[in-house]
Amino acid sequence: MDNNLKRTIILENYEKPFHKGLTNDESYIKGNKNSQTCIDNFDIQLKVNNNIIEDIRFDGEACAIATSSMSISISKLIGKTIEEALNIIENYEKMINEEEYDKDLLEELIVYEDIYKQPSRKKCATLGIEGIKDLIKNAK
Amino acid sequence: MNREDFPILESGIVYFDNGATTLKPKCVIDSMVDYYTNYPSNAHRGDYKISLKASSEYELAREKLKDFINAETKEEIVFTSGSTESLNMIVNGYFKYFLKENDEVLITKAEHASNILPWYELENEIGIKVNYIPLTKDHTISLENVKNSITDKTKVISIAHISNVIGDVRPLKEIISYAHEKGILVVVDAAQSVGHINVDVKDLDIDFMAMSAHKMCGPTGIGALYAKYDLLDKIKPYKYGGGMNVAFTDPKNIQYMDLPTKLEAGTQNIAGVIGFGKAIDYINEIGIDNIEEYTDNLKKYLVDRLKEINNINIYNENIEGSTLTFNIDKVFAQDTAIYLDKYNICVRSGEHCAKKLDDELGIKNTVRVSLYFYNNKEDIDKLVDALKNDKILEESIGI
Repeated sequence: MDNNLKRTIILENYEKPFHKGLTNDESYIKGNKNSQTCIDNFDIQLKVNNNIIEDIRFDGEACAIATSSMSISISKLIGKTIEEALNIIENYEKMINEEEYDKDLLEELIVYEDIYKQPSRKKCATLGIEGIKDLIKNAK
Repeated sequence: MNREDFPILESGIVYFDNGATTLKPKCVIDSMVDYYTNYPSNAHRGDYKISLKASSEYELAREKLKDFINAETKEEIVFTSGSTESLNMIVNGYFKYFLKENDEVLITKAEHASNILPWYELENEIGIKVNYIPLTKDHTISLENVKNSITDKTKVISIAHISNVIGDVRPLKEIISYAHEKGILVVVDAAQSVGHINVDVKDLDIDFMAMSAHKMCGPTGIGALYAKYDLLDKIKPYKYGGGMNVAFTDPKNIQYMDLPTKLEAGTQNIAGVIGFGKAIDYINEIGIDNIEEYTDNLKKYLVDRLKEINNINIYNENIEGSTLTFNIDKVFAQDTAIYLDKYNICVRSGEHCAKKLDDELGIKNTVRVSLYFYNNKEDIDKLVDALKNDKILEESIGI
């Protein structure tokens, strides 16, 4: 994927994030993920039914990388089983940490494949998905 | 002005984060290297020449600070690790023992965390009540609002001289004079004011004051606590040990030293104190009034030039002083800061340690430019040139 396309996907997801805004539905489990070193802060909601991730929502303030990666992660993980979701997250973490990973599994999430070149932003690219992972583990 | 005194500026950076810490001139760095190289001994301990020199330089710095803030005596100056430690000593060493349940402390929502959290903890511990002086629509303090916030339970007002986000200089003299009429003590967080504007503790009649060397060209890890002698003498030490005792035999027989030494337990940050003293000399050479006038004028230029940018929101343009807080439309503050760093322009983004100010500003995260005397119009032109770009967000991503 070329860098222009990567930037476009990131900006689209920052400006119009997927599933931003929380619900009052009590069947969701809730969590908060914030960065202790910068100002990014997410509230996250997750709904799991029969081992399938039915919905994920979020709200909060964060930078373009953190917000867009949250948005793309949500669109990628909805509809997956818990095991599939955890596998995707594990591969995403490997990509960020410059380890071997399954590129096909990550689809659009590979827009962050070069983020390791900006070490201070690795945290931005993982904050949202780590928050989702915490909730999935709680749901198990 | 005086840019040539700052080695780091030769690298070409534009440094606008003076509210966080200022750059260090070569003379301050050299004074500390001189201590470590030529007389690296303990102060107040030895009978040999280099220790006597360390002691005398240490005490000379206290003398310089006393003159700089116009304290009555040098015994009213206690060296600490900085404003945070000073404020904690004031709250936990004095007010913890003199306030009772339901006594009220007045602060504002624009205070730095170090002037909020110690009071919150004291509320949790002994049941005092922390109340807020409402800010005006410009996010400043008016005497009127102070008067309206005082009740018969108000015992302390604790506020910054200059707020670190809005940058307004509070009308301390009027506030303190009114507070004293009502028997209220006033604590001043002077981290952003000492070394930036003239601070005269006698003229302002300040009861307690906290300051940091690193925000006025000095080293990090050193600052001071000022209090009127009788108040300072009532602060209970929270550190006990060497250097601050005269004699002891058992728990019932301990004699501590007089001020200021009894509040300076253990080997002190001697190099830091010496660097602090040098920073005071340096600022005196430039002249504190010159610094204030220069930065005020530069701020006006900054505001005028930033207004050329269409998609900018400035939150404190009408405030005098050296701080400007803004956002670019639709760009998260941190992304703006990351983008500017690509042009070697250093600004601060976030909540600036004033996390209660969100309630007042209605906005959580901002970009802050804080000026000092070594900034110039060229720095500002570089900032404005960089911000006149409709692809800030795109370029901040770095991909």
